[in-house]
Amino acid sequence: MKPWRSNIGLKIAMAVSGVLLVLFIIAHMAGNLHVFEGREEMNAYAAGLRSFGEPLLPHESLLWIMRIGLIAAVAVHIWSAVVLTRRALHARPVRYASKKPARGESRHAVATMRWGAVVIVLFVVWHLLDLTWRTVNPVKDIHDAYGAVVAAFDPDRWPVTVFYLLALVALGFHLRHGIWSAVQTIAGPNTKWRKRTQAISLAVAVVVVAGFAIVPLAVTFGLVS
Amino acid sequence: MSTDYYREGDPVADTKAPEGPIAERWEQRRFSGRLVNPANRRKLRVIVVGTGLAGASAAATLGELGYRVANYCFQDSARRAHSIAAQGGINAAKNYRNDGDSVHRLFYDTVKGGDFRSRESNVHRLAEVSTEIIDQCVAQGVPFAREYGGLLDNRSFGGAQVSRTFYARGQTGQQLLLGAYQALQRQVAAGTVDLHTRHEMLELVIVDGKARGIIVRDLVTGEISTELADAVVLATGGYGNVFFLSTNAKGCNVTASWRAHRKGAYFANPCYTQIHPTCIPQSGDHQSKLTLMSESLRNDGRVWVPAKRGDDRHPADIPEAERDYYLERRYPAFGNLVPRDIASRAAKVACDEGHGVGPGGLGVYLDFADAIKRLGKKAVEARYGNLFDMYERITGENPYERPMRIYPAVHYTMGGLWVDYDLSSNIPGLFVTGEANFSDHGANRLGASALMQGLSDGYFVLPNTISDYLADGPFEALDEDHEAVVAARREVEDRIAFFLNNDGDRTVDSFHRELGKIMWEYCGMERTDEGLRKAIGLIRDLKDEFYKRVKVTGKAEELNQQLEKAGRVADFFELGELMCIDALHRTESCGGHFRAESQTEDGEARRDDERFSYVAAWEYGGEEPVLHKEALEFEYVKPTQRSYK
Amino acid sequence: MKLSLRIWRQPDAATKGEMVSYEIDEVSEDASFLEMLDVLNERLIAEGGDPVAFDHDCREGICGACSLVIDGQPHGPQAATTTCQLHMRKFRDGDQIDIEPWRAGAFPVVKDLVVDRSAFDQIIQAGGYISAPTGTAPDAHAVPIPKQDADAAFAAAACIGCGACVAACPNGSGMLFMGAKVAHLGLTPQGQPERATRVLGMVAAHDEAGFGGCTNVGECAAACPKEIGLDVIGQLNRDFRKAAARAA
Ligand SMILES: Cc1cc2nc3c(=O)[nH]c(=O)nc-3n(C[C@H](O)[C@H](O)[C@H](O)COP(=O)(O)OP(=O)(O)OC[C@H]3O[C@@H](n4cnc5c(N)ncnc54)[C@H](O)[C@@H]3O)c2cc1C
Ligand code: HEM
Ligand code: HEM
Ligand code: SF4
Ligand code: F3S
Ligand code: FES
Repeated sequence: MKPWRSNIGLKIAMAVSGVLLVLFIIAHMAGNLHVFEGREEMNAYAAGLRSFGEPLLPHESLLWIMRIGLIAAVAVHIWSAVVLTRRALHARPVRYASKKPARGESRHAVATMRWGAVVIVLFVVWHLLDLTWRTVNPVKDIHDAYGAVVAAFDPDRWPVTVFYLLALVALGFHLRHGIWSAVQTIAGPNTKWRKRTQAISLAVAVVVVAGFAIVPLAVTFGLVS
Repeated sequence: MSTDYYREGDPVADTKAPEGPIAERWEQRRFSGRLVNPANRRKLRVIVVGTGLAGASAAATLGELGYRVANYCFQDSARRAHSIAAQGGINAAKNYRNDGDSVHRLFYDTVKGGDFRSRESNVHRLAEVSTEIIDQCVAQGVPFAREYGGLLDNRSFGGAQVSRTFYARGQTGQQLLLGAYQALQRQVAAGTVDLHTRHEMLELVIVDGKARGIIVRDLVTGEISTELADAVVLATGGYGNVFFLSTNAKGCNVTASWRAHRKGAYFANPCYTQIHPTCIPQSGDHQSKLTLMSESLRNDGRVWVPAKRGDDRHPADIPEAERDYYLERRYPAFGNLVPRDIASRAAKVACDEGHGVGPGGLGVYLDFADAIKRLGKKAVEARYGNLFDMYERITGENPYERPMRIYPAVHYTMGGLWVDYDLSSNIPGLFVTGEANFSDHGANRLGASALMQGLSDGYFVLPNTISDYLADGPFEALDEDHEAVVAARREVEDRIAFFLNNDGDRTVDSFHRELGKIMWEYCGMERTDEGLRKAIGLIRDLKDEFYKRVKVTGKAEELNQQLEKAGRVADFFELGELMCIDALHRTESCGGHFRAESQTEDGEARRDDERFSYVAAWEYGGEEPVLHKEALEFEYVKPTQRSYK
Repeated sequence: MKLSLRIWRQPDAATKGEMVSYEIDEVSEDASFLEMLDVLNERLIAEGGDPVAFDHDCREGICGACSLVIDGQPHGPQAATTTCQLHMRKFRDGDQIDIEPWRAGAFPVVKDLVVDRSAFDQIIQAGGYISAPTGTAPDAHAVPIPKQDADAAFAAAACIGCGACVAACPNGSGMLFMGAKVAHLGLTPQGQPERATRVLGMVAAHDEAGFGGCTNVGECAAACPKEIGLDVIGQLNRDFRKAAARAA
């Protein structure tokens, strides 16, 4: 077996792609907060992303570089997740009759990571249809990101907001375990550093969830319109 | 001399031991022994039974040398052999402390410690090789304790005056065994060793007077198979479990040795058993084994019993004046640090006289109150914390607040199959290493010397001596239809069929427990003529009852733990009888063997060098074994009586 | 005390097993868990039943043979304690106790509570050693080892190979066991020459044997009777990454 196809090799692939996704998520979260500056600024920011480097670079270069990186990361991430999950199911074919209280450092991480991942996938599909392709969004003008966001979380569409929040909770759990797990996998920290990365992971997860959640909540409750 | 239970045969001699200055004998033997050309080694097959220190080290080394090795153990992994449980440490004459140690001193201490019942040439070789063992283990990555300067730490053990014991916390046996196990697994990967776990040797195959193979049972499928070879090495450990309760692992047994004995191999000094003074006492009838507490506890704990018989007050309520610190009283010079056999017997005496504490009155106190007062609880915890925790897990009592209860337990068997200087039994081609042989410890083994002997035999001695025998090989090819092979197989199959078809009503364990009680009562710490005769009768009766009433459930073709036990207990019966006969015939007291009739006025052991300075090598003879004596000569260490007053 | 037991019974690897209930009373508080099963077995034999098979040997917490999942926890509820060292005073009169074998694809059930752990030996065969043929060693003091390294190596070497880590891991992963060996040998100077080949070989054998990957859940360390910590998995990951990068 080639080293990178081994359990640890795949795990490193998942960790590296996961870290890229984390970086994207943090940037995305910060970008979303432009909503609170108003329509002009938010749309200018979105436009800025598209015109970055012009005229030296073609239109939307940064966006496409980012998208390609993102698609690659997601592909690697999902592929390694699926292979490892299948191997894990083979490695543990029979369940215990007795349920036990978990005692480990990252209790329930398996369930929250795997089921959470399914929720995140579903979410991203909806999210792209909603805010990128606008298929399910009433605002079709791709230059009006602000309008699309406001329309997406219109109080009348409250189930969408609820779904977003649910997805964010899943994301929060994913990050709480995922970040320190990735560091343990890539760098192999000792107890001292593991405790620190665990604390950092939790903090990042809370900030990211709160930072994202505040946008739909603000729109739904009419603070942004 | 009572000859009613045995016959006396011709004396035996260790024909391989070289003469000359003792320090040159091993080198001389290595030089005079014939070698096997590397190309021929591939054609020679050696069976090694056992994967403890003695077996794993031998199998790995023989594999490295290029022999084709087949290695067996009954556990599910070679790493679980009973050597894993050794706690204290391993001796070696490195003199890293510059405290006056030397090969000669280790040799001297071991001969003296064995109460002048071992062979000088063997013991000297052991002391010589000891230093190489440590080098070898360190090279394998064994994590011995170290000091801040990065060099190996040593401690003094079992009352030795020099610090020559290397250790790895309380898990020395584990770390040494893992070193040997890993070396063994390396050879398995290299294809030189075929390792068969969960296989039990049930018979030895002898063809034309030579050991040529074994019959084994696959403990998972029940399949009986034959392994043929040019030589067979038994490294199957000690037989302390004949007492049912001992510090040995539950699986330890005498079957491999006993089957070889029945086929003609002499069994030497079976009555020499070592009883360890600091074990956790029995708590009830459910008890399945006894746990050793490290000897080091006696460095700071004080042993006492209530002066009044049957005093069942809480120990804290017994005032100083009503306590009997009997070791300090009887042995003012050594106090609580007297050797194992003396401490054990003194505890038995105290309990026999009705001063014992705890369940059944079988226990004495080991009290740390003074040490805690003197050193502080912290310091005591630093020294013994893990032992105290273990004690609390087992007894539920907190030794910081209430004195520990301890009682002696069977720990090690010095006796075993007779071997010559080359570790060959009297059957050509049958070699015996480790605790399974009788060789190096005489009548009493010093602490931290069993690990040394196991590794010495396996890494350094056997691989050198076996070549002299194998130089004549490969021997005539055999196949499984050979009549000797077929007969050995049939014996095994018949025995299994007997147990499974016996229409009995008593469990194997119930017999084993009862046998153990007889052995402990009459062939334990103190033996008498009358008691031993009684024991032989009781054992014979119980053995008859065993064959009539034992009940073994299940089938032959499956994992059947009752069947495994039944075979082992059957062999323990015969061994127990021989142990009693050996103990009966040796009317002196020496080392682990204390005959009440042979003591000084103040109750100390009295050796009788005039009559008993020999190894008793027993030939199988059913109810009338044959005694062959091997005379012992002492040129370098003159026998003296031990005194610890 | 009186107990209701539910025990996994399975006649052999090929036959399906099930949980079977037994009542047992007059269990002594001072008995160990295995002695409680001994008592049950004596009774089963007397009644003409088939005794429960389970692995055990030293009964003092060091050989790594004993292996029961008690109420869903490998080696039972007491931390840092093997099944053979667990005593009945940790339970209460009237308790119901579930007893199951280790569950892992790489540890198939042999009979009742006995499983086949030879996959661990295969991992060691693939590199879990230092090549030091007998007789070739330099003096033991030739290479001093700093005490911290020696202590850390010892802590990792304390693994008894019981497999509780695998039994506890929701992914059936053997990383804690493997990490303990990689860390032990990697922390000694003698272990350096083979450090890279060792970790690559062992990881390949681990996966080959059907163990799952580690997702850092930590149940293994919580179940480990020798308190081997997750650090060894971190060390394993790092050694692997370096070795794989060098091999590529
Ligand atoms: C609790 C305890 C603590 C000890 N502490 C120390 C100490 O600190 N220092 C010291 O020097 N000594 C100590 N000893 C003694 C020492 O551990 C043993 O004497 C030594 O380890 C024996 O090693 P061995 O290789 O001869 O046998 P073992 O390690 O007992 O190995 C026997 C092997 O033979 C196999 N076997 C047996 N019968 C069969 C069969 N019929 N078929 C197939 N395989 C079979 C077993 O599977 C096993 O692999 C201690 C002993 C005990 C009980
Ligand atoms: C697209 C959908 C996603 C799927 C299917 C998915 C799936 C998984 C799975 C199964 C794991 C391993 C579970 C475990 O370690 O217990 C994992 C780990 C991880 N994921 Fe995701 N994930 C997804 C999205 C994300 C996103 C959006 C991020 C970043 C914000 C992310 C970051 C991580 C990180 C950092 C890890 C830890 C890697 C490691 O343990 O070494 N994942 N993911
Ligand atoms: C809940 C708050 C969120 C809001 C308000 C939000 C808003 C947006 C908007 C407006 C866009 C379109 C940007 C554009 O095309 O200019 C977008 C794109 C995107 N969002 Fe979000 N998002 C949120 C959460 C998330 C989460 C949690 C994820 C990932 C798990 C995510 C992943 C993406 C992706 C992958 C794109 C596509 C980027 C691209 O076009 O390349 N978003 N988001
Ligand atoms: S790491 Fe712990 S749980 Fe795993 S095999 Fe070793 S001792 Fe057992
Ligand atoms: S529980 Fe399993 S997931 Fe990793 S941290 Fe332990 S091996
Ligand atoms: S029986 Fe040896 S560790 Fe439990």
